[in-house]
Amino acid sequence: MSAPPSSITRPPPDPPELPHQRLRQLLGGGWIFLLLVVLIAVFGILRPTQFGSAYNLSQLTINAAILLVLSVGQTFVIIAAGVDLSVGAVLVFCSVLSAKVMLHLSGAPGTSFGTTDTSWPVILVGSITAIAAGTAWGALNGVLIGMVRIPPLIVTLGTFGMALGFSQLLTNGVDVRAMPELLVANIGSGSILGIPSLVVIAALVTIVMAIVLHLTRFGVRVFAIGSSLEATRRAGINVHAQLVAIYAISGALAGVAAIMANARFATTTIGGHSLDNLATISAVVLGGTSLFGGIGSIAGTVVGVFIPIILLNGFVILGIPPFWQTVATGAVLIVAVWIDQMKRRTQRG
Amino acid sequence: MTVPLLEARRICRYFGHVRALDGVDFAVYPGEICALIGDNGAGKSTLVKILSGADSATSGEILVAGEPRSFHSPGDAQAVGIITVYQDLALAPELSPADNLFLGRELLLPGVFGRLGFVDRPTMRRQSAEQFARLGVTLRSSRVAVSSLSGGQRQSVAIARAAMWANRVIFMDEPTAALGVIQSARVLDLVRQVRDAGIAVVIISHNIPQVIEIADRIAVLRLGRNAGQFHRADATVENLTAAMTSGTSGIEAGP
Repeated sequence: MSAPPSSITRPPPDPPELPHQRLRQLLGGGWIFLLLVVLIAVFGILRPTQFGSAYNLSQLTINAAILLVLSVGQTFVIIAAGVDLSVGAVLVFCSVLSAKVMLHLSGAPGTSFGTTDTSWPVILVGSITAIAAGTAWGALNGVLIGMVRIPPLIVTLGTFGMALGFSQLLTNGVDVRAMPELLVANIGSGSILGIPSLVVIAALVTIVMAIVLHLTRFGVRVFAIGSSLEATRRAGINVHAQLVAIYAISGALAGVAAIMANARFATTTIGGHSLDNLATISAVVLGGTSLFGGIGSIAGTVVGVFIPIILLNGFVILGIPPFWQTVATGAVLIVAVWIDQMKRRTQRG
Repeated sequence: MTVPLLEARRICRYFGHVRALDGVDFAVYPGEICALIGDNGAGKSTLVKILSGADSATSGEILVAGEPRSFHSPGDAQAVGIITVYQDLALAPELSPADNLFLGRELLLPGVFGRLGFVDRPTMRRQSAEQFARLGVTLRSSRVAVSSLSGGQRQSVAIARAAMWANRVIFMDEPTAALGVIQSARVLDLVRQVRDAGIAVVIISHNIPQVIEIADRIAVLRLGRNAGQFHRADATVENLTAAMTSGTSGIEAGP
């Protein structure tokens, strides 16, 4: 800024972005990615045969797959300065509804256990049901937040309870334990080109949604809404519709995760997702996405999902009581937010 | 006499019993910087809101280039090239200056990728750099977040953004209220650059010395009514203050 104010000066060209800077930006700060690398290195060196075994690594990625799909949706919501507490309950609702539909169409008795010999078309109908139900719950969240202007924390806490309650009403609180054999064998425990199917699905979802978030107009506007809702509105963007779409994406991905959970566990898991919302929020925030909106990345979220999973796995292998994992994850989460705030303060100062 | 780019005739705006505007006339001509001044509650903001589509008049006419128009939303005003730079900037702080310039008007890639909604970041960056260069705005980088820029630079980005999409009138609400002396000078210089590019600028301000320095013409409002108009040459702190506070009419001035 040394040019006199009245002269028209060409701005100096932007310094070329170095690849490592770009990577750092993508990973939301870099240090959390380093932490992941260090964790893998430490466990890999201490117990190379157990930790580094192909079986263990594929189990790790399978464990991460469902949480990753939910967290990708949560990333969109948090970048838009919102939060979605309903993801786990919507997953349960979608899995129950989808399982009920498939069971009904298979003609098997409603009380049957184990697997049913249902055909692919029925599985397809069940899957569409799950994704449609998830999208509907998400759109409801979006309408209440964007148009009725109720805070996201309250709306999604409400739909969390409602989705879980409806699931229990649909099933009398008893899990549906009959899943199509084809679904369980091919998606749940099958693999495509040697990679577990669940991991393939999670990877595809992640890549597609990363492209949507970082390269499209829709994605730019997700960041804009989280950065300043008012500025976005004044720029002539329909922020209501955008918010509905953002929460609908989170709901739809909960529907996808529901199909994956049904396939993996061969049963619905009504009681198993009460903490999914907190797990996804902590994964997203660990990955460098700001709880205040406007900043974040899918790549960071991938790292954030793997950190608690690798910690747990490593602790189990090392014989450390696995309960330490929740302690360690909690501490890392607090440190992550602290570092994010420090960075913001220095930037704004 | 030139046709005004934007003209308001006998604008009234009542809020219940309160007459915020009571038959105000106002006109903006091509290639001028016009200041709109008045004490608190004089109706400046209400008038600007009406002229930029954010509010509707109870009665009165708005003419754009001589044609009667009605604005039902800021979008209607923006569509005819009238844009407002708000006091609180209305930028998205976490986005880059380039993304801010194109917010709501993002350029898409040509062909099939564009139809899928892919943005053309290189072109947006290049065009923003050109726009900043045209207006003499120097930024460290067009990639860093707007939040890391100084107040004056942020204001410059907001004005450059308005100048990019306005082809008739830009309203600026207190453009230098939060800025220091040097930064204010830069922003005022930018305002002149915008005028010289052929866009009329209306500045709403409390700062009388600054208004005398920058404006070609000064319109005064008092208690929702016209309280005089001054050419720059005739304006002094004394007679502007008098007009603002006592309603003494100044010299009637055209363009």
